[in-house]
Amino acid sequence: MADIDELQQFEHDVLVIGAGGAGLRAATECSNRGLNTGLICKSLLGKAHTVMAEGGMAAALGNVDSRDNWKIHFRDTMRGGKFLNQWRMAELHARMAPDCVRELEEWGAVFDRTPDGLISQRNFGGHRYPRLAHVGDRTGLEMIRTLQDHGIHQGIKVYMENKALGLLLDGDKIAGVLGLWRETGRFALFKAKAVIMATGGGGRAWRVTSNSWEYSGDGLAMAYHAGAELMDLEFTQFHPTGMVWPPSVRGTLVTEGVRGDGGILLNSKHERFMFNYIPERFASETADTEEEANLWLNGDKEARRPPELLTRDVVARAILAETEAGRGSPHGGAFLDIASQKPPDVIRRKLPSMYHQFKELAELDITREPMEVGPTMHYFMGGIRVDHDSQQTRVPGLFACGECAAGLHGANRLGGNSLSDLLVFGKLAGIGACEYAASLPSAPAPDAGQVQGLMRSATDILNRETGENPYSIHSDLQDLMQAKVGIIRNQAYLEEGLDGIDQLRTRTAGVKAHGTSQYNAGWHEALDLDPLLITSEAVARAALLRKESRGAHTRAEHEGENEEWGNRNIVTSKAADGSMQVQVVERPAPSEELRAIATATLEELEGTAS
Amino acid sequence: MAKTRKFRIWRGDEQAGDFQDYDVEVETGMVVLDAIHLIQAEQAHDLAVRWNCKAGKCGSCSMEINGKPRLSCMTRMNEYAPDETITVQPMRTFRVIKDLVCDVSWNYEQNKKIAPFKPGPRDADGNYRMKQDDVDRVQEFRKCIECFLCQDVCHVLRDHEQKEKFVGPRFMIRLAGLEMHPLDTADRIPKIKEEFGVGMCNITRCCTEVCPEHIGITDNGIIPLKERVVDRYYDPLRILWRKLTGKT
Repeated sequence: MADIDELQQFEHDVLVIGAGGAGLRAATECSNRGLNTGLICKSLLGKAHTVMAEGGMAAALGNVDSRDNWKIHFRDTMRGGKFLNQWRMAELHARMAPDCVRELEEWGAVFDRTPDGLISQRNFGGHRYPRLAHVGDRTGLEMIRTLQDHGIHQGIKVYMENKALGLLLDGDKIAGVLGLWRETGRFALFKAKAVIMATGGGGRAWRVTSNSWEYSGDGLAMAYHAGAELMDLEFTQFHPTGMVWPPSVRGTLVTEGVRGDGGILLNSKHERFMFNYIPERFASETADTEEEANLWLNGDKEARRPPELLTRDVVARAILAETEAGRGSPHGGAFLDIASQKPPDVIRRKLPSMYHQFKELAELDITREPMEVGPTMHYFMGGIRVDHDSQQTRVPGLFACGECAAGLHGANRLGGNSLSDLLVFGKLAGIGACEYAASLPSAPAPDAGQVQGLMRSATDILNRETGENPYSIHSDLQDLMQAKVGIIRNQAYLEEGLDGIDQLRTRTAGVKAHGTSQYNAGWHEALDLDPLLITSEAVARAALLRKESRGAHTRAEHEGENEEWGNRNIVTSKAADGSMQVQVVERPAPSEELRAIATATLEELEGTAS
Repeated sequence: MAKTRKFRIWRGDEQAGDFQDYDVEVETGMVVLDAIHLIQAEQAHDLAVRWNCKAGKCGSCSMEINGKPRLSCMTRMNEYAPDETITVQPMRTFRVIKDLVCDVSWNYEQNKKIAPFKPGPRDADGNYRMKQDDVDRVQEFRKCIECFLCQDVCHVLRDHEQKEKFVGPRFMIRLAGLEMHPLDTADRIPKIKEEFGVGMCNITRCCTEVCPEHIGITDNGIIPLKERVVDRYYDPLRILWRKLTGKT
């Protein structure tokens, strides 16, 4: 084993892990504030998961409907999250999102326009007014390219195709990161005063997912091993509309923008079934007849919103219930029909990448035929627990933002709140990390033994004589999580899931990658297994503990929301003996002002922006 | 119905390499990337390939399939005859790292040379205003997913190896997107002429043909840039004006 002094070394004030929207925004903030900033990412720059976001970013600009303001955005976010969101984070998000969107425009983003030349906004599930700034259905691409093209001129040092293996500590403080160059298989030691996690979620633990290979829960696992807490992991969002056919694209995302622009959901009997699934909380603000839904679609501001635009948890469960009742589409989903609602040229203009995706991958013309869609594992509401203002974890010097952080979305995320989350909390994490780094009297020194240990466990996978195929272990995990920790959960399934995860962990201890260290896909797959298993276990343990159904977490034997559980978050951490510890924490009470806004009627909030 | 299909995949690195044969059980609806993933999981665990979104949105999985630069995630197996062997190799214009992965860092270096977006002041109410008609063309260019297939197929870069003299079609449309942006105030025309080498493009439109986003790279991007350079430097009236006044 090499001496750590002989390792390739880099030094930064702040090191950001992950180059999606949150990571790029955080790195830009740090660099603009004069800090020496590094950014490492598993893929090439510009390929992170943000690029796949479609519908838009939510911000109460009020460009399309002037009745909108931050308070209504805040209220929608809390209601969508079933009041489990961290109040302060939802407030910061709603207040800051409009300026963050304007800033992105100043950096070069070219959003679709309103007739009078402002940033256009579209309707989306759970948002009371048209609120999503967008570019057709490729908003994520616009965001990542804008941040990338802006970021490369801000003095950030970018390390592409470098996988972070673990966080390094000096006592209890962050001291850096050990990285692995995917191209050569060489290690790199990054010394840093502060580290910002912006690594996204862990959807690759499920079989049917909209997530790419990168989503293996790396940041959650690294933070967990370093002593940080994870929170709300039982809330995993199954997006209601993933492709279901052909099999090789099962799970690929179909944007909620299809429904925002008028698409309707039908079962095999051609019934618009969402009218049968309107929850009590949303009944007064949702259309209960097709006539009213059509009025809304035609721009009648007094009409209530169609039930297809209910929150994602509700729509996903409805589609599942219809298929289980034998009213599904031929390949086990529901029909999503925009062809009967909008003319072909409008569909092609507003939803170009959906048109393209179905045409090329499913040989289906969405301007003429309905799509077949079903739920797909999409997003982690939960993640690393952070301070609401600084985004710091309980590990000094470790910050988190974007999907890998917990708090903003509560039990269910509204579509469009993710891209704005990345900008708002990327910026705040950047500020938090800068302030922390400036306050340190001297740079912490990474622990040599820890570096050696991380290198050894990585190279053992290559060096052992024989062992199991990493792809098989991952594939078995995906089947397990799909079957046991899916949309509808129960105690027996979750316990079986945890047993299965235990067995997979034993198998992972003997995993073997063949070949050399140079760009070895099997080795990289094997290295992702620990984070995938940590993440999966944390989700299953939290899901087992929460004995109610709220938002994206549904327990078959505990129907409906339970008031007591509405005041509790579930927090996961690594115990001294290395085992996973799960505990219930009481939620802090909100300020009176926020509580009043969250429970106010719309009429009380319209036109009260301040 | 699963069917056995024959693949020839280039395996190796910068020093040496060769095509290797694989048989794969292919199912309905699969794309070439699915088949490569099957080979990776079952037969060649260390096979190097880049991919991310698997939906044509990220531009990671570019390669040459039966001689054509394609995104492997958007290339369906049923495009090929059932008994046709599918040959897959890395993009030729860039140094191969391993198997299907090549070093595309040169592209990232070109992007850094381009002066960033520089908007004028906001309106009094804090907003920028642009008409949709005025941004349609810019939005077309911004559909680019940086798959670099246009760079791969460009004769100037691929056959003549003039990477010092021409930034390639990808960055021509990046420049066009900035130059045509209604709010931008920077002047990139001198560099487009000299450093970025717009004159090197001889309009064969190969880049446009391979673009998976169907961007009119040549007609809508490169030719208008060539015209702007001509207007600036080769307009006889301007030449006369410069001679008389000494001003550009």
